[in-house]
Amino acid sequence: MGGVMSYFRGLFGSREMRILILGLDGAGKTTLLYRLQVGEVVTTIPTIGFNVEQVTYKNLKFQVWDLGGQTSIRPYWRCYYSNTDAIIYVVDSADRDRMGISKQELVSMLEEEELKSAILVVLANKQDIEGAMSVTEVHQALGLEALKNRTFQIFKASAIQGEGLDEAMEWLSNSLQAKK
Amino acid sequence: MYASFRKDKKDEEEGGSGMGGTGAGGGSHAFAHLEKTSVLQEARLFNATPVNPRKCTHILAKILYLLQQGESVSPTEATETFFAITKLFQCPDPVLRRMVYLGIKGLSNLSDDVIIVTSSLTKDMTGKEDAYRAAAIRALCTITDATMLQAIERYMKQALVERSPAIASAALVSAWHMGQHRGPGSTGPDVVKRWVNEAQEAVSSDSIMVQYHALGLLYHIRRADRLAVTKLVSKLTRSSLKSPYAVCLLIRIACQLIEEDADEAAGSSTSIYFDFVESCIRHKSEMVIYEAAHAIVNMRRTTNRELVPAISVLQLFCSSPKATLRFAAVRTLNQVSMTHPAAVTACNLDLENLITDSNRSIATLAITTLLKTGAESSVDRLMKQIASFVSEISDEFKVVVVQAIKSLCLKFPRKHGILMNFLSGMLRDEGGLEYKTSIADTIITIIEENPEAKENGLAHLCEFIEDCEHTTLAVRILHLLGAEGPRTSNPNRYIRYIYNRVILENATVRAAAVSALARFGALCDDLLPNVLVLLSRCQMDNDDEVRDRATYFKVILEQQQQNLNSQFILNGLQVSLSSLEKALHNYTLSGCDAPFDIKSVPAAPIDVSEKKAKAGEMGMTSKKADAKPTATRHDMFVEKFAAIPQIAQCGPLFRSSQPVELTACSNLNLDPLRVIPESETEYVVQCIKHVFPNHVVLQFDCTNTLNDQLLEKVTVDMEIPDGFELVEILACNKLEYNVKDTIYAILASPEDELSEWIGTVSPTLKFVVKDCDPNTGEPDSDEGYPDEYVLEDLELSVSDYVQRAMKANFPAAWEELGPTNELEDTYVLSSMKTLDEAVKSIIQFLGMQPCERSDKVPEGKSSHTLVLAGVFRGGHDILVRAKLALSEGVTMQLTVRSENPDVSELITATVG
Repeated sequence: MGGVMSYFRGLFGSREMRILILGLDGAGKTTLLYRLQVGEVVTTIPTIGFNVEQVTYKNLKFQVWDLGGQTSIRPYWRCYYSNTDAIIYVVDSADRDRMGISKQELVSMLEEEELKSAILVVLANKQDIEGAMSVTEVHQALGLEALKNRTFQIFKASAIQGEGLDEAMEWLSNSLQAKK
Repeated sequence: MYASFRKDKKDEEEGGSGMGGTGAGGGSHAFAHLEKTSVLQEARLFNATPVNPRKCTHILAKILYLLQQGESVSPTEATETFFAITKLFQCPDPVLRRMVYLGIKGLSNLSDDVIIVTSSLTKDMTGKEDAYRAAAIRALCTITDATMLQAIERYMKQALVERSPAIASAALVSAWHMGQHRGPGSTGPDVVKRWVNEAQEAVSSDSIMVQYHALGLLYHIRRADRLAVTKLVSKLTRSSLKSPYAVCLLIRIACQLIEEDADEAAGSSTSIYFDFVESCIRHKSEMVIYEAAHAIVNMRRTTNRELVPAISVLQLFCSSPKATLRFAAVRTLNQVSMTHPAAVTACNLDLENLITDSNRSIATLAITTLLKTGAESSVDRLMKQIASFVSEISDEFKVVVVQAIKSLCLKFPRKHGILMNFLSGMLRDEGGLEYKTSIADTIITIIEENPEAKENGLAHLCEFIEDCEHTTLAVRILHLLGAEGPRTSNPNRYIRYIYNRVILENATVRAAAVSALARFGALCDDLLPNVLVLLSRCQMDNDDEVRDRATYFKVILEQQQQNLNSQFILNGLQVSLSSLEKALHNYTLSGCDAPFDIKSVPAAPIDVSEKKAKAGEMGMTSKKADAKPTATRHDMFVEKFAAIPQIAQCGPLFRSSQPVELTACSNLNLDPLRVIPESETEYVVQCIKHVFPNHVVLQFDCTNTLNDQLLEKVTVDMEIPDGFELVEILACNKLEYNVKDTIYAILASPEDELSEWIGTVSPTLKFVVKDCDPNTGEPDSDEGYPDEYVLEDLELSVSDYVQRAMKANFPAAWEELGPTNELEDTYVLSSMKTLDEAVKSIIQFLGMQPCERSDKVPEGKSSHTLVLAGVFRGGHDILVRAKLALSEGVTMQLTVRSENPDVSELITATVG
């Protein structure tokens, strides 16, 4: 086990991986962040600005930025794009009405030069809610099939119940290592 | 690292001159030659991952330093830097984090979109790390606007009552700042008002600082509600606050209440507050004791008895080993010595001991206090003492010394020699404008008050302007030399000083010097040829104003006519400048067929009230109220009448009287200065008499004080003196409750007989009453009934037709008018007991301006000459000389000179 750890350290060097959590307001970004950090569900209020935390997953350290998703905050996302290794894009699967807006934000974000090489994880969140769109539906609604030259994967998840997060993080860790 | 930063900061405060950066490794101080662009360039390092806390902290310190130095940072630069700083939230280093808070606060006003850190700061203020919480609250409150405030309100409320004193204090103080007005449309103050319960709870905190801050916030919230403040104070004065700071604040609030109560003359409750303040003199904390003593001596209506305990406390502090206490005590005593000199005398012995105090500020204050309270015999000794260290103290304290000398001169006129020498010594030393002005003011005051000191004082001032860098002062002194110099025993000696200015100074001073020279030429015949030569030289000056003045004065002086000299040199134009400007403008519009008549321009009204105010503050800091070129009362009336065609026809307004109360309860009281604060009559009517060339307009300002009545068709019916003719009455249609409205009565004056201008008007108010609902003001019915209300009689007296005029040189003006229309008579004013009283009543009766400071009767004299100047309606100059002698009442020989014989006659006839 110790050998594996040192193997990882060697791969990542001293630098922490920088991850952005983005998505519309109320998608569950802050809940996800603290679920990843402390493993619990905390009460959240709408994020005005951002939260930044160190997250350790399987002895890997990530520096995770959770940026507020309100319309007024979204323009500031780009201030935090540089040096980003991966993006976790959180979608409220039960919010069918705003799926279109979510798609627009995702598309315009991915067009940014600074995020050209960032790995993308899409979380179809709130699967615990009845009537939520399935992964396939979300995949389609966001137009992910059109993505080219991008390492990406979509996962169904429920941040509240902690489902799907392990899979997503597992995939993300591996992809980041592979990229190195 | 943090510590090293602190040290660097301290070095900067010491003046930035190479004390050696203690922290950041030698050399002159680390931030001495920072350049903004390069520092902002360095700030890009904040974007790098991982963050290097050490380097970033240092860069932040540099940014803060630049901001503190007032470096201007554009919004783009500030925003870019601000967003770079936000990246530092990823680093958990505590020193860096606290620097981040400071950076956020520093840029909060300069950068856009600062709300981006709201969530991060909210997290820190509610987090586990206590070291972050207080600072995060402060930073959060500086970036929060009204809309965001509601989002953080819950956390603020928790923080206000937080157990940790540092956090509670931070929240209380931040709330206080947000409660201040933050621009239009801000709801900040309103939100803060909702935190009153939390503030209340925090007042009972165990921490002295929290208690103090909580009281500050609580008072701030309730400030506007007097009843609530009263309750707050009453409650807290009974409980004993633990925090001395809070008690000090409470004393201040209590004093405020006492002063406000005094204004409303409802003194019943104030004694409770005073008892509280008084009890604080026996508090165990020195700070509270001092605050209470300071408050008592500074209250406007402290009686001598109430003063005693406060003074004895201050006396005790004078011998305290703590320099701050000695300073506070002696400073307060110094202030009190102006208002209650007798009370301070008790401390003289203690003050004597402080003269040699090693702290110069304490010594200065002690000496100046003694100078104000001490006896004449001690003056010499004290002056010697003060001279020994006057060069070591700052300008601010030098001004204190000068003021002490000023009041001393007024108190002991015989000491003027030694004091004047001292002042001239001070004039020669280095010092700022304020300091020099106060010295010059003092010398001028001494010259004015004490004729014996005149020549000596003028000599000192002459010497001063030889090397005076302040234009305003030089001009003032030159003007004074022009006015006083020619009448001294040896006018010759001043010419050189004045002419030197023409050679050496800037244009403004040169022009003033030319004017001063002309005055010598006009008054001293033997100097005239020399003055003319000098003036002709001034005609070569390269400044227009100087040349113009020189030419103007030279031409007049060459005529060698006394009356021209008097009119055009010694006693300049007396008209109201704003009116002159308007009149000239109208004249140029009119086509300029006839020559411009200067007499149509009203004389400049001399503001009496302002002079009184100045006399009142004598001895206190005398700030010269600059003559404001804004609209005077006269101009306001002129403007108003221009809009009323009936009155506009009457021509230029000559004079307006003070308002006269016509609805006072007691008859026979027509004192125009009488002011009735709250009239108990049904209607309040005031009258202002406006005099025009051929008309008199009476302006009746009426107020209906009955809330259940609506008055309609309000007019004035009146008996007028013979010869007058009622031209028109401009009635007022409707007089609602508490709305002031005006009725004008236009009277034509008798044409030929001046004596008929004087008389009594008996007015009656006539109107139709309609009863109405007190709440809505709606009349109950359309039917009303006629009623009338008899007003008190109104006198038209001589003074209504006379405008005050200032003659800078009365004798010259007197000779100019000549004895052609002179009338003289002798009167016995039996009711007058003193010369002073006689002088005052003559001035008031005639409504003329006393000249040559003759309104001041020297003490202990049995005779006095009062000289008055004025302009009579129609622009006729009048001069009055009243020789008064005291002998069982006052005997007065009155001589009147005027351009018009009828005017002289009218005045002699009405006096008596």
